[in-house]
Amino acid sequence: MPLSRRQLLAAGTTAAALGGFSPLRAQANTIRIGVLTDMSGPYRDSTGPGSVVCTQQAVQEFGNKGFQVEVLQADHQNKPDVGANLARQWYDQGVDAIIDVPTSSVALAITQIAKEKNKVFLNSGAAVTELTGAHCNPNFVHWTYDTYMLSKGLAGALTKAGGNTWYFVTADYAFGHALQRDATRFVEEAGGKVLGAARYPFPSTTDFSSFLLQAQASRAKVLGLANASGDTVNCIKQGREFGLNKSMRFAALLMGLVDVHALGLETGQGLLLTESFYWGLNDRTRAFGKRVQPKMPNRAMPAMVHAGCYGVTLHYLKAVADMGVAAAKASGTDVVARMKAMPTDDDAFGQGRIREDGRKLHPSFLFEVKSPAESKEPWDYYKLVATTPAEEAFRPLSEGGCPLVRS
Amino acid sequence: MDEIFGIPAPLLFGQLLLGLINGAFYAMLSLGLAVIFGLLNIINFAHGAQFMMGAFAAWMLLEWAGLGYWWALLLAPIIVGFTGVVMERLMISRLYKLDHLYGLLLTFGLALIIEGIFRNEFGSSGMPYRIPPELAGAWDLGFMFLPVYRGWVVIAALILCLATWLLIEKTRLGAYLRAATENAALVQAFGVNVPRMVTLTYGAGVALAAIGGVLAAPIYSVNPQMGTNLIIVVFAVVVIGGMGSILGSIVTGFGLGIVEGLTKVFWPEASATVIFVIMAIVLLARPAGLFGRA
Repeated sequence: MPLSRRQLLAAGTTAAALGGFSPLRAQANTIRIGVLTDMSGPYRDSTGPGSVVCTQQAVQEFGNKGFQVEVLQADHQNKPDVGANLARQWYDQGVDAIIDVPTSSVALAITQIAKEKNKVFLNSGAAVTELTGAHCNPNFVHWTYDTYMLSKGLAGALTKAGGNTWYFVTADYAFGHALQRDATRFVEEAGGKVLGAARYPFPSTTDFSSFLLQAQASRAKVLGLANASGDTVNCIKQGREFGLNKSMRFAALLMGLVDVHALGLETGQGLLLTESFYWGLNDRTRAFGKRVQPKMPNRAMPAMVHAGCYGVTLHYLKAVADMGVAAAKASGTDVVARMKAMPTDDDAFGQGRIREDGRKLHPSFLFEVKSPAESKEPWDYYKLVATTPAEEAFRPLSEGGCPLVRS
Repeated sequence: MDEIFGIPAPLLFGQLLLGLINGAFYAMLSLGLAVIFGLLNIINFAHGAQFMMGAFAAWMLLEWAGLGYWWALLLAPIIVGFTGVVMERLMISRLYKLDHLYGLLLTFGLALIIEGIFRNEFGSSGMPYRIPPELAGAWDLGFMFLPVYRGWVVIAALILCLATWLLIEKTRLGAYLRAATENAALVQAFGVNVPRMVTLTYGAGVALAAIGGVLAAPIYSVNPQMGTNLIIVVFAVVVIGGMGSILGSIVTGFGLGIVEGLTKVFWPEASATVIFVIMAIVLLARPAGLFGRA
């Protein structure tokens, strides 16, 4: 019964998503951007409709430079097969670039399709570093963050601050494994030791107390949470319930603004987390935040992945305008090459560039969650602890093993 | 006594206790399903959504009306139970004469719609709900640190299960209900208003799910998909225990919670699968379930 229910769900919503748009005619003067994201699952709030809003915001701010831009959206339900089908169909029907795509397994499937069809894939929501490593290709840009950036910022800093023994609670799929692997590296580099890990079934786990007690019994000083969104929130909530916070420091390796919002400052205060964007970081990010907030679902402030969709769309459109629509539509590889050649600049991430392997470079920030008393206005959740400069925040080019990089 | 199968004894006891706590949720939810299936012959796939509605009702009562946990425990089941009554009257009651499959499809569709509405309104990342101050803190049991609230959940679930079982098996009202399942026309001929009784039974089953939701709110994040993950396991529990068997669902609920808890120690990756493996074995050996009548 459970199987048939899931299949029913998948079949039903795919049909709805596919039936939703009429066959697209490839119009010569229109750039089509498809936001493929999680509209109905656990990552909906940190990606989803907010990613669509921020993509549209970029299109609107870019203005009319002699060509039309059309933004489409669809739900990949965090399933590689559903996502791959939608991507194929979109590319075949004249979509020039697919944007966002959270959930690493789906992103890995789509990056190959983009290359095969010589289109553009601009990722904001997924985390695995393989996208710019072994699986890199000339049609792909990885904008916002990755597991290396997350781990380096947090795991290294915590280990050096005395948290030298770790126990991981890990989501048992590509993303969780990658995050644990990268974090382990930085823990060990900083002289720390990993005492063990519990891998729990994803996405069907809601009670984490068993894994948390195993972590507690390991007597490690740091609880590394190699998971995301609702799972992370539940782990922290339940960890406090079982008193883990008395003997361990929590390190949520991927935790964002919406998770802190879900947790509440009362429970979340004092947590450390790594992000590449926070709306309250500086005047430009604040201005960007205030511009899009009224359009966001539930008037939330944009989170890191949302901002990434904004930044990457703006840069993509600049490259298209620079080389001309006809040339841009003809070859995805050429557009991405142009994007890499042009320096980036937007309100959310400031100035930066895209490396040969498709990795966008910008600083990463270590934040501490404020206490309820320190928070002055809604969504005022973070204070800045440390900044890692752009050139150090991401994996060195030589270590990724990307075939595009010639040594 | 220090180690059992290579696992330190305190850790093992802790896990057994945790299994029991999760089992309490399985038991509470499968109980509602068993009551509804036993008396209405409807496979209520909306049960997970109704569990979620219970948790959201608690959150709304707190945020919008300033009513705390204890009020929620009383009011949420009434509110959500009432929505169940409306659903039964307007839609489900039209399906009693048809095959089980129609009820299943209808309630499944309703579950998707309800979850979709909540997702649109509240997003997917969830709302914070705090443990009531009376139940905050933890007991040190020597072998583990047991949060008071988790202890309360087990006790509340046991009381609830026992009360439901007594109501159905030992009271006059329960006798009517059981009789109506056997032969509704005859019971109606004795002057019992069977349709109304069926409606209220559905409402009560839904209310049980809502109580589960309120109990879960301080432990899990209150989010629209919180019922989806649980309901699949709960259906397996019902199938293993025997469709419609009240006692079966209670015993199986707690039992499988413990089995799952132990799996989490010995082979964490398999903990989501173990229940379905057991389900497959039980279906092969005893198709009617452990406590069901063929």
